[in-house]
Amino acid sequence: MKLQKATLFALYAVLDLAEDRDKPRSAGEIAEKYGISINHLAKVLRDLGRAGLVEAARGVGGGYRFVGNAKRVTLMDVIEIFEDIRSGAGDARDPGASTDIGTSLHVVLGEIEDIARATLRSVTIETLLKHVRRDRDQRRAAAAE
Amino acid sequence: MEMSKSSPRRHGTSSATKTAKPAVAAVSRAKVEPLIRAVNPADLATVVKIDEKNSGVGKPDYWLDQYERYLRRPKERFFLVGEFEDRIVAFAIGEIRAWEFGSPPCGWVFSLGVDPSARLRNIGSQLIDAMSESFRRAGVAKLRTMLRRDDNLNLSFFRSLGMMAGPFIQLEKDLDE
Repeated sequence: MKLQKATLFALYAVLDLAEDRDKPRSAGEIAEKYGISINHLAKVLRDLGRAGLVEAARGVGGGYRFVGNAKRVTLMDVIEIFEDIRSGAGDARDPGASTDIGTSLHVVLGEIEDIARATLRSVTIETLLKHVRRDRDQRRAAAAE
Repeated sequence: MEMSKSSPRRHGTSSATKTAKPAVAAVSRAKVEPLIRAVNPADLATVVKIDEKNSGVGKPDYWLDQYERYLRRPKERFFLVGEFEDRIVAFAIGEIRAWEFGSPPCGWVFSLGVDPSARLRNIGSQLIDAMSESFRRAGVAKLRTMLRRDDNLNLSFFRSLGMMAGPFIQLEKDLDE
């Protein structure tokens, strides 16, 4: 499964903002950290704002904040704002999909997509941030040895 | 050591009978103190009810069979219950399995049930923590479980504990093909 750029940027932004939700960050700060286009990210952040996941505050100390429920919002919830991955490889409208080979091939590809969707539906923002913190702690511990 | 509901509230070990003394580990971390302990025969009826609430199917014979299996190898099988306010509200069963599918020994959690009225109290996490500690003490270093792909509630729960996809893929087929 290859996610579109906007979706990937949205996941970066949501996870980054959710990790320290009391510290607003500008689109520029996030774009610089992940090496991505600030113009593209700004549009993504507007979409996330409309979806109720981030809020923007103007002025000194302003910026974007994550305002969703990190224990409830899943990676799939974020992805679905930007693209439809409910039906992918098993799409019967694909050329050749109705042939014998096409049908069997799409069953196998659909199996892969099902597992991917189940995974994305089961990983919340908080769960992914736990992985981030654990991996970071392990790297620091290894560096200190 | 027997532990009854009227015993002082604490975390710790208990055994179902004098012949079964599982190495259930003590776990303490919740602000509200649930009790995690080994199952007693008197708990089985409540386990059946919790499972029936969650699955929609009452299976008393199955749970009695699980209990009897647990008694036969108490150092490798762990049947725990979680008490909250003097009431059994959750249970978990796990077992050390070795060399099936070429896997070195690992601890399988193959059943977890929480009464819907007791969800969001962290008792499921504490049961798995206690189960994990029991597995560690028995010498295994890997926790494993298997879930339905569409069981999002439990998938999310186990993932929140840090569990990820393992090295095995489950395959099946209809035998009438």
